[in-house]
Amino acid sequence: MKRHKLRGWIYSAPAVLAMCVLFLGPVLAVLFFSLTDWQLGQKSFSFLGLGNFEALLADKVFLKSLRNTFVYVLLVVPGTVALGLFVAVLLESSEELKGIYRTAHFVPVMAATSAMAIVWGTMLNPSIGMINRVFHWFGYSGANWLRDESTALLALALIGVWQGFGYAMVLFISGLKAIPQQLYEAAEIDGADSAVDRLRLVVLPMLGPVMMFVVIIIAVRAFSVFDTIHVLTEGGPNYGTDALLYRLYVESFNFLRTGYGGAMAVVFLIVVAMLTLVQARVIDKRVHYT
Amino acid sequence: MASVELRNIKKHYGKTSVLKGVSLSVQDGEFLTLVGPSGCGKSTLLRIIAGLEDADGGEVRINGKNVAGVRPKDRNVAKVFQSYALYPHLTAFDNIATPLRMRWLTSIQRFPLLGRLLPETRRIERDIRGEVEQVAAMLRMSALLDRKPGQLSGGQRQRVALGRAMVRHPAVFLMDEPLSNLDARHRVQMRAEIMGLHRQLGTTFIYVTHDQAEAMTMSDRVAVMMEGELMQISEPEQLYIDPDDLRVAEMIGTPQINVVAIEKMAQHAGLYLAFPPDAATMAFRPECATIGKPLDAMLNGIVSMTEHLGADIFVHIKLDDDAGTVIVRTKPDAARHEDGAPVGVNVDRHNVLWFDADRKRIRRQAVKKIAA
Repeated sequence: MKRHKLRGWIYSAPAVLAMCVLFLGPVLAVLFFSLTDWQLGQKSFSFLGLGNFEALLADKVFLKSLRNTFVYVLLVVPGTVALGLFVAVLLESSEELKGIYRTAHFVPVMAATSAMAIVWGTMLNPSIGMINRVFHWFGYSGANWLRDESTALLALALIGVWQGFGYAMVLFISGLKAIPQQLYEAAEIDGADSAVDRLRLVVLPMLGPVMMFVVIIIAVRAFSVFDTIHVLTEGGPNYGTDALLYRLYVESFNFLRTGYGGAMAVVFLIVVAMLTLVQARVIDKRVHYT
Repeated sequence: MASVELRNIKKHYGKTSVLKGVSLSVQDGEFLTLVGPSGCGKSTLLRIIAGLEDADGGEVRINGKNVAGVRPKDRNVAKVFQSYALYPHLTAFDNIATPLRMRWLTSIQRFPLLGRLLPETRRIERDIRGEVEQVAAMLRMSALLDRKPGQLSGGQRQRVALGRAMVRHPAVFLMDEPLSNLDARHRVQMRAEIMGLHRQLGTTFIYVTHDQAEAMTMSDRVAVMMEGELMQISEPEQLYIDPDDLRVAEMIGTPQINVVAIEKMAQHAGLYLAFPPDAATMAFRPECATIGKPLDAMLNGIVSMTEHLGADIFVHIKLDDDAGTVIVRTKPDAARHEDGAPVGVNVDRHNVLWFDADRKRIRRQAVKKIAA
């Protein structure tokens, strides 16, 4: 019995080692530093206990970035899922040029985000950008999208949707392909032959497992939004687009307040872990694996 | 209740012709089985009747009315699928209730949560509950109604699928190999249950299968299809003893009918039998032949194998001159033959079926003796 246990540990040693070095170690280190006033590069530090976390709760900028992050996630997740599903259903229902469209919609997922962010920055530019020109054509004045606090976060969310829906689409397409044809036929004979009824009776329930996966992945990705903010707005205007991960980066590496940044990382970790847990719990009840 | 009439139905996918002009009529209340090897077009024909697919030519009439352009849900047909095709996220009750909900409730009343609040919805839902429970009782599955398909066995799932079809009292039941996913024991049991349902409901049943035993045991009439054509349609017994085509004869009955090419037959066989002039093959059922002394019979050969099946014994006899192998059914009390023993096979000439080079049956009585 004892030897079997030992053997088990030996077999799993490489994985355990990698887990420790790449995941557990850093997490413990972050937890540790979040309790200190350590600054990047400094040789000494002192313990603050929960001081960093208390400071966080009083930090208006941090709270705003937290709120922005949630708003961003609430915009990006439904948008990405809806658009991804819509395009997937559209592509699956027609044979023509399927491959080209599928690839075209998937390109944003593969492209480097920061490069794409620069392109979006140019398009959203109030004077030379294409988007405002289109608005002018139709007689509207457009907006200074990324410099106006009321539109900046929305613009970033739209870029987020644009970047992610191809990924959702590919997953949805594979999910749609797995739905047996006879189920659609049964629904048709039973009287569910409108698009809405078919969606409710067959497509959405059968896509359950894929949907759960897509929502979790997209939500976690949205929570860790960084590139577009860094390239396009740097958190502005007036911290209107400041998000959790960006604030963490600024505190840790611009202001070198590593301990304080560590506390933010802990908050981020807790939020993402809870989100995943809640989603898995709630959605799992409504998902039907066959 | 309805009659179904098919007139010259044609269907092709690309260049492949799947149905080459099939005409048949099913009477009101009849149990008709379409049987044939896979790829013969029987399932496609069923889908065309259901309206899941459009024919490229010909017309479908249900109760005398041409249903071209009528959507499946408005044809008043129900279909049971081989894979059951139940909605996995719904309980057995909700699966059976679905066709009624789709018909009786408006899309507003079916709206999640809100629809339930309308008073009218509650009344209709009560009616639906009554109907579903009645059907469940008929199928003896009232206790299973709150289970989901994943928690049911194959036979129970097929019962739910039957319930979903029955609940709306369709004019025609279409069944596409409903028993092929079941194991042998359940298959025989469900066979009897489906026959019982047909008697009880008195509705028109059109049943598709590749299993000739199912076709023979369940149906009022059997339609044999091959390569997109209807070969023969008649009562099961008639099909067995009086097939129109060699392929039909070979399809129906186990073990298969014995077929011997005329040109392979020894010259002296003519002494025993009169050949129709254009006959290419002769065929006879295993039970129509007797084993006799060698060299003295219509067909001669050696015993290659004996199968004991309890009540019956099948003796496989390899004929001389490479004329193939025939099977003779004997009773356990008949004389036994060692493997390798030379024997003769005699067939009563009334039980021999003749087929021409096109595999069509020769029924003419005109015969000519072959000179020895």
